[in-house]
Amino acid sequence: MLHAAALPVDFLERVGVSTLTGSGSLPDGMPDYAVLPVPPALASLFPGGGLRRGSTITVSRSPSLVLALTAQVSKRPGWCAEVGAPLLGSAAAVEAGVVLERFVRVAEPGEQWATVTASLLEAFDLVVVHPPTRASQGDMRRLSARARERSAVLLVAGAWEGAMVGLSVVRSTWQGLGEGHGYLRARQIEVQALGRGSAARPQRVKVWLPGINGAVSLSRENAA
Amino acid sequence: MTNNRAVRTLNNRAVRTLAVWCPDWPVIAAGGSAELPGAVFAGGRVFACSAVARLEGVRRGQRRRDAQSRCPELAVYLHDPSRDTRLFEPVAESVEELVPGIEIVRPGLIVVAARGAARYYKGELPMLAKISTTVADETGRDVQLGLADGSFAATQAAYLAQVVPAGDAANFLAPLGIQALERPELADLLMRLGVHTLGGFAALPRSDVLARFGPDAAYAHDLAHGLEARPPSARSAPPDLAVEMALDPPIDRVDTATFVAKTLAEQLDERLAARGLACIRISIEARTSNGEQLARSWRHGGISTAGFSASAIADRTRWQLDGWLSGTIRSDDGRPTGGMVFLRLIPDEVVADVGRQLSLWGSAAGWGSATAGSATAWGGDASAGGADIEQIERALARVQGLLGPDAVVTAIVGGGRELADQVRLVPWGEPREVLPGDSCPWPGRLPSPSPATVLSGLRSASVTAADGSPVEVNGRLAVSAPLRWLRVEQREPVEIAGWAGPWPLDTRWWDHAAARCRARFQLTTVDGSGWLVAFDNDRWLVEAVYD
Repeated sequence: MLHAAALPVDFLERVGVSTLTGSGSLPDGMPDYAVLPVPPALASLFPGGGLRRGSTITVSRSPSLVLALTAQVSKRPGWCAEVGAPLLGSAAAVEAGVVLERFVRVAEPGEQWATVTASLLEAFDLVVVHPPTRASQGDMRRLSARARERSAVLLVAGAWEGAMVGLSVVRSTWQGLGEGHGYLRARQIEVQALGRGSAARPQRVKVWLPGINGAVSLSRENAA
Repeated sequence: MTNNRAVRTLNNRAVRTLAVWCPDWPVIAAGGSAELPGAVFAGGRVFACSAVARLEGVRRGQRRRDAQSRCPELAVYLHDPSRDTRLFEPVAESVEELVPGIEIVRPGLIVVAARGAARYYKGELPMLAKISTTVADETGRDVQLGLADGSFAATQAAYLAQVVPAGDAANFLAPLGIQALERPELADLLMRLGVHTLGGFAALPRSDVLARFGPDAAYAHDLAHGLEARPPSARSAPPDLAVEMALDPPIDRVDTATFVAKTLAEQLDERLAARGLACIRISIEARTSNGEQLARSWRHGGISTAGFSASAIADRTRWQLDGWLSGTIRSDDGRPTGGMVFLRLIPDEVVADVGRQLSLWGSAAGWGSATAGSATAWGGDASAGGADIEQIERALARVQGLLGPDAVVTAIVGGGRELADQVRLVPWGEPREVLPGDSCPWPGRLPSPSPATVLSGLRSASVTAADGSPVEVNGRLAVSAPLRWLRVEQREPVEIAGWAGPWPLDTRWWDHAAARCRARFQLTTVDGSGWLVAFDNDRWLVEAVYD
């Protein structure tokens, strides 16, 4: 059996083996509880190497990225919830690794989306919210405060006031389709993280999401 | 040490208690009998079995295959607490007529304070005789009775059909095994330390038990001494803790009752939690539109320092309402006709909620209220680190109260060719059933990776060739021209970078109304997004977006 260290790094990345070890442990050695894990390929985007409990993260226009982050928390094991339509694709969720028994969705909260989100933040580790277009700043601030209070992570698929880290996909290339043949196989995206405080300098990383075997892995095109 | 025990006896003066027990009630309620081997299964494991099955080696907690291998003629029943409660109602009613103030611990076990009734019937033995003959006459069920100081000793006495003289509870309990305490981890530990009987446990110094095993074990130690099976901090609840609801329109169906039970239980739990209390005895009262008043008390578990959780209260309310609504109440009263118009839950006895000890790091170590087990029936992983399944249930019950029970769902991905068919949404609280087609191969399905956004209403699009003419797919799946431009609804047309297809989807050709015949394509555009589009009857639709 070949030892993983003996194989070239780019080969490993191509087949989906991440070469980053560990996720979610803070530099001063605090145990894992305060930080929820993220896929190892994305850890460099987050201060602390993961989703800090109590923080609010925005992900703009990339449901796959939301699913990848949710999956890592769900596998930990953890409970995740989603509020607001449209619901993320369940088949894609399963492929990303989300455990559907622990992923509860509320499709159409209507006017009460803020109350519903607040109730879910009481108990769930991670709450994904699709805010309505007319979401008020007061609601946003209150929900972020509630997340901080209850040590839950609020993941917003959209725009949000005062988020700690904002992820966006700046470039994406699908592979696998030719001119009338093939099928979508894998996609390389460049994810950018912008934030406040220690995340103020934008970080970028190129990952395969989904990679050849469905997982999130680092692309060898990353500098250094 | 003897002095301390005497002082404690004075403080926890045990009440003369009668326990009425129907052996193996879940099996009897399911339709089995004591003479035939039968077992009730819950969650794939034995929940209760008849005496004959026990002789053959069937035990609680065994897996079904294991039980059937020991007893091939075992009759198998599924656990249904509503049915157990409903069929136990006549027995409860019958006992209540003779001795008022009964408390149901679980279907099959009733405890009631017996001093007054004993005086009324001029002796304990005449009272017992009267009860067993009346219950047998009126309901045809055989019951075993036990009489002792305190409900724990009385329950143990009922298992052995004995009357324990007053003050003799400790001696009666001494030879019984540690399993009677119903604390498996503690029992396991004590057995490995060489303590096999309640007497042996009682002989240990209480302060050492408290220091080594904690307050719950100290409470169990008191029980082993025959002291009152009521947690020391139990007291009556202040009257404003009761919750009630006027039901309009009247409820006469069990599923509406479930929803109401959940809402009320949630409210009660919140009120109790706000005061730091947990309930160990609850009274459920209802009034029908004909003016009948129905009431029943339920006691928590028998012996525990914890109280009912919200889901446990909701379960018992639901079982009780089910029992009344579909009930086999005796013919002269008849079923409650007209439906229920009023429901009230009263926490009769409360204890200070020990609460949840949050450790400095790591997840909350559960301490206080015990769950009723309905969570694991839903497939939830009750040991998930961080989130506590009870808090989850509470939060979801609140959301369901706001939006309705169908608003909170989990998904099951199963069989089907179309993206929409593959996903079934199951409301929270209902069982996640796996259908037979889920694990079969489905030719014609899209390969993974699946799209992250599946559009529920198909959006119209137009796909044109390089010269601007719309692309068509004929019946032989030949594309009229290579796909070049994609325009979704009213947006700008985008150039197509790559495409594949057509992949035909031809379903339900035998059903004219539901037939779907479509050619699917995957395509990527120059801006890097991926699309799943379909050509259906001269028009193009966007089914999903790979984003």
